[in-house]
Amino acid sequence: MSEQHIHTTEEHAHDEHAGLSKSKIWQVFFILLGITVVEFIIALVILPKGLVPRTAGNIAYILLTLLKAYYIVAFFMHLKFEKTGLKLSLGLAFIFIIYFITLMLIEGGYLHVHMTLHS
Amino acid sequence: MDSLSQLDQVKTTPWSGGRSPWSIEYGKLMMWFFLLSDAFTFSSLLVYYGAQRFSKTTWPNPDLVFQSIPGIKDSGAPLVFVGIMTFILIMSSVTMVLAVEAGHRRAKSQVVGWMIATIIGGFMFLGCQALEWTHLHHEGFWWGSIPDAEKLQEFFTGPVSNVAAQQFANLFFTITGFHGFHVFSGVIINIIILCMTINGTFEKRGHYLMVEKVGLYWHFVDLVWVFVFTFFYLV
Repeated sequence: MSEQHIHTTEEHAHDEHAGLSKSKIWQVFFILLGITVVEFIIALVILPKGLVPRTAGNIAYILLTLLKAYYIVAFFMHLKFEKTGLKLSLGLAFIFIIYFITLMLIEGGYLHVHMTLHS
Repeated sequence: MDSLSQLDQVKTTPWSGGRSPWSIEYGKLMMWFFLLSDAFTFSSLLVYYGAQRFSKTTWPNPDLVFQSIPGIKDSGAPLVFVGIMTFILIMSSVTMVLAVEAGHRRAKSQVVGWMIATIIGGFMFLGCQALEWTHLHHEGFWWGSIPDAEKLQEFFTGPVSNVAAQQFANLFFTITGFHGFHVFSGVIINIIILCMTINGTFEKRGHYLMVEKVGLYWHFVDLVWVFVFTFFYLV
């Protein structure tokens, strides 16, 4: 039993030799840095000048954040190169979080309308 | 062909037993599951923050609250200091992934170098966060306390709300505190792994999988910061 465990571990370590190359790591770094710079441009230039409405800025922030999250999880955490089963089992759990976000924001919006006297 | 070898031949699919179906090492899988549960904890905190913001007609403007660079500028520089913090954390994530890459090649001295760089990055981030907390505390924000009405006026663009300011203060210190606690424990774990690398533990073991496991944790901490940064400083 334990012999087999050692075997699979070593085999795995061997498989993983095809990890991220250095150039790919730096490429992902510059993508992350670039996205952050874009967020700063939105916050410091585009929104103060009133070029786009506040809501559009917020949507852009959230989309850029999700893009950054994708690059971190897919490349730095190596999930893109794992088995589909693992990706699904980790990813599907976020359905509950999305559901929870939707519920709580609806609740917050309701309070906003009905409890303005106590704000 | 006897019945036993026939049985062996049938067992070739990933889920038929005898091997890891996702071909991922046990410790890494457990780290993934831990991080999933941790993601739920952070999500619940951030979702509560979102619900609070949605329920209030007014909220402290982040550009007005966070506009100092400790030691250099007291006001008029929104987002600059937190930008530096974000850069430090992304940078330390890169050095961590370079340590993992060096581990694949079993290049001990390079793993040591990149791990030291990651630990320095972690300490720098914690130092910045300490400065940020001190600054906000001097402004009058803390768990259960907010600046006086006159001072509070400076942080709102719309009408001032004491409840909103208090919720902001409580949630800011709770969420960045919980994140900072993760960074701190990450630094401690990184130091332990650095010592094990220097001692040659992984060299003897024949693989650097432990570096990958702490790497997963460290990247997760970076991931959470990406969300905290967006929802506290940008939106």
